[in-house]
Amino acid sequence: MRSVIDIPDLSPAEIDELIDTAQDIIDHPAAYADRCRGKKLATLFFEPSTRTRLSFEAAMYELGGAVLSVTDAASSSASKGESVADTAKVISCYADIIAMRHPKEGAALVAANNATVPVINAGDGGHCHPTQTLADLFTIFREKGGFSGLTVGLCGDLKFGRTVHSLINALSRYDGMNFVLISPEELKLPSYVKEESLKARGLPYRQTTSLEDAMPSLDVLYMTRVQRERFFNEEDYLRLKDSYILTPQKLAAAKSDLCIMHPLPRVNEISVAVDRDPRACYFKQVLYGKYMRMALILKLLAEAAI
Amino acid sequence: MNIDSIHTGIVIDHITAGRSMKLYDLLNLGSLDCSVAIIQNAVSRKMGRKDIIKIDADIPLNFDVIGFVDPGATVNVIRDGKLAEKRTIPMPEYLVNVIRCKNPRCITTTEQELDHIFRLTDPKHEIYRCIYCETKAN
Repeated sequence: MRSVIDIPDLSPAEIDELIDTAQDIIDHPAAYADRCRGKKLATLFFEPSTRTRLSFEAAMYELGGAVLSVTDAASSSASKGESVADTAKVISCYADIIAMRHPKEGAALVAANNATVPVINAGDGGHCHPTQTLADLFTIFREKGGFSGLTVGLCGDLKFGRTVHSLINALSRYDGMNFVLISPEELKLPSYVKEESLKARGLPYRQTTSLEDAMPSLDVLYMTRVQRERFFNEEDYLRLKDSYILTPQKLAAAKSDLCIMHPLPRVNEISVAVDRDPRACYFKQVLYGKYMRMALILKLLAEAAI
Repeated sequence: MNIDSIHTGIVIDHITAGRSMKLYDLLNLGSLDCSVAIIQNAVSRKMGRKDIIKIDADIPLNFDVIGFVDPGATVNVIRDGKLAEKRTIPMPEYLVNVIRCKNPRCITTTEQELDHIFRLTDPKHEIYRCIYCETKAN
């Protein structure tokens, strides 16, 4: 049974196919309104993530399907000690497809290995969150018309940010990408990500600590939060925290068609004043995520029916 | 130093010097009731120094452990005083229940019945990663 646990589970051709489907959903929503009639999506969220859960549920409702939801681990059998494997087997009896979030890394793979219906990983701890990456890819595609020749800046916590690692991995499968890695020294992109994604594919990248220096060259700016708890000492955090807050002043040097993205939730890393800038795409990113989840649900259900 | 020759048993040869104790532990050779000899830092024309393990019984061995700890080590099976079989052990693609994932956030820490499975992700650098959380094996 085909499941999606991490982005490499999907080939570039399949991602292109999902993008095509998502585009078509936007253009012809009525044609998809009944495509999942009679099908049920189970959203198993063993840790809270209201936005991701609602995105999956909205996606299924817009396809005409129904939703079974577990939103609180304390009210599920997991609180009685049921294993993820058993939960997946049981829920497979009720639902046609499962979207699962779990605090433990690898939980989605365990579910997929035991379920008899497709499983979509909706986040397993700090490990993978493939539908966030699909949302990011579709946002770039919609806003920039494709991927080739783009210079993508990734800013903030590049060391621990799973969305950044996954996005770099996904984008590095396209030709002609350039990357600018903007972070404090303490939070630089891990060398294994550079080795496996950028160097392995011979893609150009440069590292800098200055958002201002990088700004004029960027077509896409992907912001993430620099968290206090990632620093060994408070002084370093206080010295650096404002450098990575995006403000209208810093955007003065940016291209007029820059695409500003953020996986959300935002805390203070993008000034609210930036929201009024037409280059701010982070709320559209949320909407695009729903369309990509619709496309993924359709694809996995279609494959399961064969 | 003399170690008696084996009539029926196994000689794990060409072990990189210093790795024999790790092999001894992971192969659980301490639980055997036959003689086991560990020779460390033996002179080797090819390797300079090497370790050797001699087991005085023809027991089933987990070759994946040998391939993981020291790919390139050779296993010689001796029967009736003669070399019956000789093979070099490559790195296995998967390791099942040989080592445990040390990541406290990994699902294997809470789901006790799960096998601990590592996959060879980078043969050049001999890197194995947990299939669940992708944490690198030590």
